[in-house]
Amino acid sequence: MARARLIASTSFRMVLLYVVVFAVGAAVVLITVGWEVEKIIDQQIAATVNAEIKGLSEQYAQGGLQGLYSTLEKRAHQPGSSLYLLTDPAGQVLAGNIAALPPRLLDTPGAVETRYRRPGEITAHNVALARIFSLPGGFHLLVGRDMADREALRAIFARSFLVSLAALGTLGLVGGMILARRVLRRIDAMSASAAEIMAGNLDQRLPQAGSHDEFDRLAQNLNAMLDRINRLMAEMREVTDNIAHDLKTPLTRLRNRAEQALAHPAAGDSHEAALEQVIVESDRLLSVFNALLQIARVESGTGADVLVPCDASEAVEACAELYQPMIEETGGTLDVETAPGLQVKGSRELLGQAISNLIINASNYGAAPQGAPPHIRVVCARQDKDIVIRVSDEGPGIAPADLERVKQRYVRLETSRSTPGSGMGLALVEAVARLHGGSLELANTCPGLAATLRLPALVMAEPAPQATP
Amino acid sequence: MPAMRLLVIEDDRETAAFLVKSFREVGHVADSAFNGLDGYALARDGDYDVLIIDRMLPKLDGLSLIGGLREQKIETPILILSALGQVDDRVKGLRAGGDDYLAKPYSFSELLARVEVLMRRRQPAGGDSTALRAGPLVLDRMSRTLSRSGREIALQPREFRLIEYLMKHAGQVVTRTMLLEHVWDYHFDPQTNVIDVHISRLRAKIDKGEDEPCLQTVRGAGYMIRDGAR
Repeated sequence: MARARLIASTSFRMVLLYVVVFAVGAAVVLITVGWEVEKIIDQQIAATVNAEIKGLSEQYAQGGLQGLYSTLEKRAHQPGSSLYLLTDPAGQVLAGNIAALPPRLLDTPGAVETRYRRPGEITAHNVALARIFSLPGGFHLLVGRDMADREALRAIFARSFLVSLAALGTLGLVGGMILARRVLRRIDAMSASAAEIMAGNLDQRLPQAGSHDEFDRLAQNLNAMLDRINRLMAEMREVTDNIAHDLKTPLTRLRNRAEQALAHPAAGDSHEAALEQVIVESDRLLSVFNALLQIARVESGTGADVLVPCDASEAVEACAELYQPMIEETGGTLDVETAPGLQVKGSRELLGQAISNLIINASNYGAAPQGAPPHIRVVCARQDKDIVIRVSDEGPGIAPADLERVKQRYVRLETSRSTPGSGMGLALVEAVARLHGGSLELANTCPGLAATLRLPALVMAEPAPQATP
Repeated sequence: MPAMRLLVIEDDRETAAFLVKSFREVGHVADSAFNGLDGYALARDGDYDVLIIDRMLPKLDGLSLIGGLREQKIETPILILSALGQVDDRVKGLRAGGDDYLAKPYSFSELLARVEVLMRRRQPAGGDSTALRAGPLVLDRMSRTLSRSGREIALQPREFRLIEYLMKHAGQVVTRTMLLEHVWDYHFDPQTNVIDVHISRLRAKIDKGEDEPCLQTVRGAGYMIRDGAR
């Protein structure tokens, strides 16, 4: 089982592949060297044969056929690898140390490599390099040299090739196994940790060997990912706890009302009133739920694809215009001051909702004393590289300690408990600001509160024709 | 409003039954289907005036269903109902071939008003002409002026868009959200009665000193400009 896993591992297969590649390389080297050496040997043999021929041709020139014959007789019986053969026109051997040749070989003069049989041997297994001459009168002369040395060399090369192949194979196999086992050990350790994490031990982390190699880097990244997941899980738990709290309370209230209405089957009027209250209560519940979902969605950044170049000035104006009559109706004022054509990369809808939340906040809490008509100012202007949208009122402001806290979800200050609201308004504004790469700043202006939405201005290819009128 | 033939494709049987019953009560004919495939077959073969399609359906999801119908050149107006109410969801729904998009939860009166507007859109209307008429009201879209029985009424730009939308749908109920969507191009819940204040200002300009009010409030639903021609 363990062996099968080892063999199936990637590192083992890689090593095997390398063994094959190296074996091919070794073969190429050995064959090239062998071939070159053979060539040199062949040249030397040819040179020796030529020297011999030169000597014999001198003998022939001085002593004719007879002289040649006696020299051959003499040389043929000396030990060595030189070969000679002289035949008459009928093909009969006159002198020499060769017993047999392939038939009709002597008919064609020139250099030749051939098999031959020595006297006293049975088979023609020797190889010779030879030159054949035709002499006047139909005589033939062969002068050559035995090639046993070259054959021996070939055998040496073949043997060393096989030996090195075997050595390479063994080394590769063993090396591959060792390497694969080392890698497998690291991977197994990681797998074991991963399995433990999956089993529910979310605080477990992948082991690192401290060698800063690719396995450590992988473990590091996976651990960072696990940290992020852990954080998300914690946030999720917090949100679900909050939802449970925020939805269960009104749901209980809803249920109580319905129960009460059932228990008192008195007049139809009170039933109707109870039903109306139930609808109001469920609408409120739904709006809290919607706000929660929307914040979650905006915060997770999934809405980022709705960010397109859009006219912040127009969004602000449309929004202010929407609320203006309502505020004027209560005796308050809403002044709008926007520089035209300020562009941001954003979502008109989300910006509108953020501004609307700020205006509603200002109208609900931005009057002093509370309940008096509010005076609200909405400004949209450019500040350096930012577009600034500011909604300010003349109310009591917020205690400095609460300025940051009030942006969190569900946070409602004591002073606002009596007014309707979900505690989601500013949380959504801040989420929208962050989605746009901007921020929400709250500041007391004494008197009043200024909520500033700061968004990066859209960088355009060409500068805007005019920044301010 | 003549009776409409409607198809409700909604997997929650209780919701579907509620919608069918409510549509019948106001005099329309409504069928229902509980999954995407049945809905597709009915929508393709039946002759409906408006289709009401839930976005998340078993067997074939709402957006694919709409895509399939539009590919078959079935141009019946479609209103998408969805629990997903974010901007990008709405854009996706309309891009898939829907004509209107209503996020859950919704009131039946809102749904009814929107379906009736969709139905009307299907009929060739003289809405493209430069002048809109409804009873004694005449809106000149070129000179952007409104007059009632010859008396000229001065309008703010936003008021002009309000009355234009109302008169385009004269005789039909227009809800507050429809006004917010078409006049301000915002889809969020403004949380207060902002639209009512705009309407009451507009009403003061139109109906002040007149015996017959043109701009009516439809209780629990929205507003309507009386179509005097009928």
